[in-house]
Amino acid sequence: MKEMRTLIAIEAKLLFRDPITWLAAIALPSVVLLIFGSVFSPEPDPALGGQRWIDLFVPSLLVITLGTLGIQTLPIRLASYREKGVLRRLSTTPAHPARLLIAQLVIYGVTSVIALVLLIAVGHVAFAIPLPRDPLGYLVAFLLGMTSLFAIGLLLAAVAPSNRAATSIAIPMFFVVMFLGGVYLPRVMLPDVLRRIGDFTPPGVQGLQDAWLGTAPQLAPLLGMAIVTVVLGALAVRTFRWE
Amino acid sequence: MPFARTVRDAGAMNVIEVSDLTKRYGDRAAVDGVSFSVEEGEIFGILGPNGAGKTTTVESIAGLRTPDSGTIRVLGLDPHRDRQRLRTLVGVQLQESELPDRMTVREALELFASFYDNPADPHTLMDELGLGEKRDTAYRHLSGGQKQRLSIALALVGQPRIAVLDELSTGLDPQARRDTWDLIESIRRRGVTVLLVTHLMEEAERLADRVAVFRDGRVIALDTPAGVVSLVEPEQRLRFRPSAPIEDRLLTDLPEVRSVQRAGQTLVVTGTGNLIGAVTATLARHEVIANDLRIEQASLDDAYLALTGNRPARFAKELS
Repeated sequence: MKEMRTLIAIEAKLLFRDPITWLAAIALPSVVLLIFGSVFSPEPDPALGGQRWIDLFVPSLLVITLGTLGIQTLPIRLASYREKGVLRRLSTTPAHPARLLIAQLVIYGVTSVIALVLLIAVGHVAFAIPLPRDPLGYLVAFLLGMTSLFAIGLLLAAVAPSNRAATSIAIPMFFVVMFLGGVYLPRVMLPDVLRRIGDFTPPGVQGLQDAWLGTAPQLAPLLGMAIVTVVLGALAVRTFRWE
Repeated sequence: MPFARTVRDAGAMNVIEVSDLTKRYGDRAAVDGVSFSVEEGEIFGILGPNGAGKTTTVESIAGLRTPDSGTIRVLGLDPHRDRQRLRTLVGVQLQESELPDRMTVREALELFASFYDNPADPHTLMDELGLGEKRDTAYRHLSGGQKQRLSIALALVGQPRIAVLDELSTGLDPQARRDTWDLIESIRRRGVTVLLVTHLMEEAERLADRVAVFRDGRVIALDTPAGVVSLVEPEQRLRFRPSAPIEDRLLTDLPEVRSVQRAGQTLVVTGTGNLIGAVTATLARHEVIANDLRIEQASLDDAYLALTGNRPARFAKELS
């Protein structure tokens, strides 16, 4: 337990000393919301079922944080640890690799929650976006969406031999996740096929959107996220190499 | 700093026993039938040129690599099978192993201390290793010597019974190297057995009680540093300008002469025994005078180079 606490505390300090990473992860969704919210019409649109465009857009914005931390920061940081021999050095001590991975997940999880709270608060204050109407459903969709993306990042970290390899896989993957998650183009504007694919690819934005707007998230995509988390997470721990 | 060499009695316990260790990478045997044992409390040097199998051997001892054949016992344990237990008993300092850029000295030591049940106090260790003033300095801002000391501190923070130090003075300036040597002597005074990997004869001579000299994956000499030097027949070198042309064969036929080389007008004759007497007698018989005659004797470095199969690179002591 002491080891876990120390690991989390020190990894958190290391992240804190890298302000570009954590500031971007926490503030970017809110900043994008403020910019787009002030550019586009705040009126309800009958074509969107009487919803405002921004109400549908806001759940997608969290994908920026989850994608940045899970698919970029996490695997690239672990790959650079491997490249510099940090992991190899740790492997000569009684430290357990799973604990290092858990410490990363805890830190990025907490950072994501902070980003989420900020996004909800900014949306509520600046654009009167209602709070998630199904908080429990939202929490489940958020946690599963986050862990499924982090599992992808962990697997990437586990198999990428170098910093460069991790980066060259992480960047395009990040763009795909952002696109399907509706960050570049609101999901209502995506073709049906892509939207359906986006329902089932991490982090499962439709579930976040449903829970925010009041309907319980659908079970199938949530189950999909859970399966991705467990399968890829287990694969990551099994294939994890110190060197 | 003066220190007393520990007296090794016949009953001293072997803390490391390696027998017939072999490790192949593809067709090439990196380590080929290596055997040696290390007694408790000694500084044991593993000496040899790059690629001789030193690192593979110590990494097998540390449980980082699995040997193809042969057995290793470290404190009675198998490094591969009992790896988890050994990790608390053996502290390892690896080649080319860094820390996160922004991690401070204190954080690194506290983190590594948290891995062990009964760690050394990080603050005491920092002071002992001269890192007290650098405790809040980020890793990337440490000098090479400070990084090396931190690396040693991390190998010691778990209070290990054996410390494995791999090429720890490589890339250090002479002062930092000497400081590191003092440090290793102080580690031994704590009762920790030290396995020291180095390609520097000087380092092994200064620190090690015994050395195993590696070449092409084998141990070619296993003795005290002085014993290793005495294995090599002292070689001499004559350097002179002959007053008249002389055929190499006249000299190479002499039993004392090992080789004759020409550098411009200068002849360099290497050999053993009464080299100068044999050569000058031959020259005199052919009415040749040896101008600017100089005699050079081999140094300890040359003994090492001779053992590891390289030509002597330089002659330290010159007698004219």
